[in-house]
Amino acid sequence: MYAYDEIDRTLVNERVSEFRDQVKRRLSGELTEDEFKILRLQNGVYLQLHAYMFRVAIPYGTLATNQLRALAHVARKYDRGYGHFTTRQNIQFNWIKLAELPDALEDLAKVGIHAMQTSGNNMRNVTSDQWAGVAPGEIEDPRIWSELIRQHTTLHPEFSFLPRKFKIAITASDHDRAAIRIHDIGLRLIKNEKGETGFEVLVGGGLGRTPFIAKTIKHFVHGRDILSYIEAILRVYNQYGRRDNIYKARIKILVHELGIEKFSREVEDEWQHIRNSSLQIDDEVIEDIRSRFTYPAYEKLPHMPDELRQAAADPDFEAWRKNSVAPHKVQGYSIVTISLKPTGGPPGDATAEQMDALADLADKYSFGEIRVGHEQNLALPHVAKRDLPALWKALDKLGLATPNVNLITDIIACPGLDYCSLANARSIPIAQELTRRFANHELANLIGRLHINISGCINACGHHHVGHIGILGVEKNGEEVYQITIGGRADENAALGTLIGPGVKFDEVADVVEDIVEAYLALRERPEELFMDTVKRLGVEPFKERVYATR
Amino acid sequence: MTSPLEQKKIKIAGPSVVTANRTWDGIVVYRTAAKGWSAELSEAAIVRNSDEARALLAESIADDVGAIGPYIAPVQIGEDGKILPGNLREQIRRTGVTIGQPAQV
Repeated sequence: MYAYDEIDRTLVNERVSEFRDQVKRRLSGELTEDEFKILRLQNGVYLQLHAYMFRVAIPYGTLATNQLRALAHVARKYDRGYGHFTTRQNIQFNWIKLAELPDALEDLAKVGIHAMQTSGNNMRNVTSDQWAGVAPGEIEDPRIWSELIRQHTTLHPEFSFLPRKFKIAITASDHDRAAIRIHDIGLRLIKNEKGETGFEVLVGGGLGRTPFIAKTIKHFVHGRDILSYIEAILRVYNQYGRRDNIYKARIKILVHELGIEKFSREVEDEWQHIRNSSLQIDDEVIEDIRSRFTYPAYEKLPHMPDELRQAAADPDFEAWRKNSVAPHKVQGYSIVTISLKPTGGPPGDATAEQMDALADLADKYSFGEIRVGHEQNLALPHVAKRDLPALWKALDKLGLATPNVNLITDIIACPGLDYCSLANARSIPIAQELTRRFANHELANLIGRLHINISGCINACGHHHVGHIGILGVEKNGEEVYQITIGGRADENAALGTLIGPGVKFDEVADVVEDIVEAYLALRERPEELFMDTVKRLGVEPFKERVYATR
Repeated sequence: MTSPLEQKKIKIAGPSVVTANRTWDGIVVYRTAAKGWSAELSEAAIVRNSDEARALLAESIADDVGAIGPYIAPVQIGEDGKILPGNLREQIRRTGVTIGQPAQV
């Protein structure tokens, strides 16, 4: 966990006081909505279909139990008893009252939580691998660098009025769980031949109506230079990025239009001006941040404790363990992913009661720490293997032990037309129906790793472009119509999916997905061949034929 | 359900209302004939042509303290005179999400 210092606490508290005054002036009519809008957006407050929506940052996806309890408190006191974890390590509350928002922010500030960097045309919440600091084989904990960038960019005056929002993600593992290739800047922590820490820097990724996979702009930037290099990219973007057309304002468009070579030359020129400035990071600064991350006092535990061996006889436990439990860098411990995708439930939602209970379990079994992943699931990062059976039973009682992590029902979905003012079609009911269709665990397990992503409009908050099966809701003649893509992925081999044909109606989507899955099961060469491998081997045509032959 | 945020021209094809969200708490409201806001669709002022719609919208925008984000939304008038939402988006705004909220699932 990262421990806030006095500067952090003062900043967050001052921000609350400032916003309280702004809300007061808005409600009295002293500020118009036009004047107030940018202020509320800088504090994570959107207007949605039914009410204001309040988005709270969970930097690099790390939460302490007192913070999770504070989120539960906000859900219970100011909202309708639940929150929605998003694809960018934030949580959203959907029914908040503007008049009560300063109180909610004040309650969160007491535990070091805020809503800065969650909206507006500025730097957004820096995201990272939810397994940071515990993943085997990781170069080093990427949250140290995430925190450095978070501190540097928070309220940075030069980056508070960018052409458009700007998102950075960092990973330090070979397997990319942070989806860095679909971010404005993606950072892959690496070591050079001298053993020095640095980054492969990627730029220009993003989804929305013009999706691009990020391109490598520099193969190695030394850690001490990362702030100046990021700043150089942002300066080039700030200078040349389009402000005349919101649909062409993201850095991905600039990179595409200039070309990566010209863009990188511009960045290099800018960088040479600033790299040897105060932006160069002293080792002491990094060490100070590193020292603020505390790690558990792990015990020396056996690889295979008796409790785990005995529990293996229970097929329900084993089904959960195989999908939810991952290796930890310390022997005798595991990383446990907690599915927020129950059968028939909205993906990513958790009730206040679940959050409170999960905080208790994290205190008991995970050294008081919880993680939030971009797949809209949570994780307990330090669970002793001997405790897995007891944890599973406790999670099951809370409805948090659905054994579907990485399976077809582990669906990423945006809020869609049920909540969002930008949406054209519903997302959540599609996800709910799919979780019912594939509720049989044996079937889901037979299908294997398969990610479905659903967005209710072209803004692509559900990352449909990079779903193994992507579903995009659009509106046609007043009706919801869904376009289906296959072959996308968000990991280290990120790719955009291919449209398989004309859109289908709301009631047909689950049938189409069933057809695609049946085609895959018939076409795969062996059970170990994953859906993505079959699509790669055969292309979309066999799936297209199967879906449209009878439609 | 084209988002009304993209509503640029005022052109209506049938009976319509002006709807927005109340400033202090964000709930869905409708502009009334009495130049106020109501949470009840049944109390909404009905407009039937573009000039009426433009005038009602202008008046609504001017009431910046009462409600935010006003726009023109289609409605249907039932045989009994009851006002009904004109599309799915407005149906959802009026009656709530079409899914069970987590506590209900």
